Amino acid sequence: MRALLILLLAGWLGLAGAQEVDPDRMRKLSEELRCLVCQNQSIADSQAPLAEDLRAELERLMREGYSDAEIREWMVARYGDFVLYRPPFNPRTYALWLGPLLLLLLGGALIVRLLRQPPATPPAPVDEARLRALLDEPEGAEPTPDPDSKEPRR
Amino acid sequence: MRKLLWGLPLLAALALILLLGRGLELDPREVDSPLVGKPAPDFASVRLDSGAATTLEALRGEVTLLNVWASWCVACMQEHPLLNDLSRSGQVRIVGLNYKDAQADATRWLARHGDPYAWSVVDRDGRIGIDYGVYGVPETFVLDRAGVIRAKRIGPITPDYLSQQLLPLVAELQAEPTRP
Repeated sequence: MRALLILLLAGWLGLAGAQEVDPDRMRKLSEELRCLVCQNQSIADSQAPLAEDLRAELERLMREGYSDAEIREWMVARYGDFVLYRPPFNPRTYALWLGPLLLLLLGGALIVRLLRQPPATPPAPVDEARLRALLDEPEGAEPTPDPDSKEPRR
Repeated sequence: MRKLLWGLPLLAALALILLLGRGLELDPREVDSPLVGKPAPDFASVRLDSGAATTLEALRGEVTLLNVWASWCVACMQEHPLLNDLSRSGQVRIVGLNYKDAQADATRWLARHGDPYAWSVVDRDGRIGIDYGVYGVPETFVLDRAGVIRAKRIGPITPDYLSQQLLPLVAELQAEPTRP
């Protein structure tokens, strides 16, 4: 009985070890790898013969138990960082990754500065006499609106 | 300070124009190969002419151009006369990598257009090509005596490239002392 159990377990493990290729994993991985023949397509999308070959290679590597990181490394060793649609963070790509952040900070600092700056010319002092004249002018006076007319229509 | 703030957008626009202008000059097809400076990947295959087994070992000991070609490759015709001339001049050994081709087609193509290759390695299913990061035929690798890839050319070899870059590099590599 025990031997049978062990045998069953071994068989199950053996099956699991044979590594069926998970289509979701395959899809995800091949979508983030660039096809170098038609450079704006991923290996998942491209019909180029090389993309077909590389999909087959991906499947083989998965079946052999390579991790995602190892597969990416495998691709980069052959085709360079360019195959990755998500470029790695290294000295060659600092400008790429940090540039937008830098521009954002620069722009933000500029805006803050502009907003904080006091207006360049202080407002002119009010000419009291002219103000009074304007306020007392009978023709310019707006008619006071009838409060009833503001009632919402029903 | 005020003036500086007005000049800033202008400067930024100018910088952007320069950046985009530079982008127009670059060819996105020319991707730096990570293999330059590394030992050429090993392979085990057969020769196109004799069918005899061959490996990377056969390339060692002599500065060699490894030229990826195929009978179905139109751009290969463009560089082929140059390769024929170069081979005839005896300046450097050229070995072919016959990429994803049918043997009969490849043999016929060489008979028609001339065979500059010391020999050609058969890469029927393109697996060797994948290890070399080949993505467009023709491609040419420059291997030093130790079998290290020293340069890679993507696309046909042009007369300019040949005289200004390839031949000087070959001469330089041939002058390098053989490492033990």
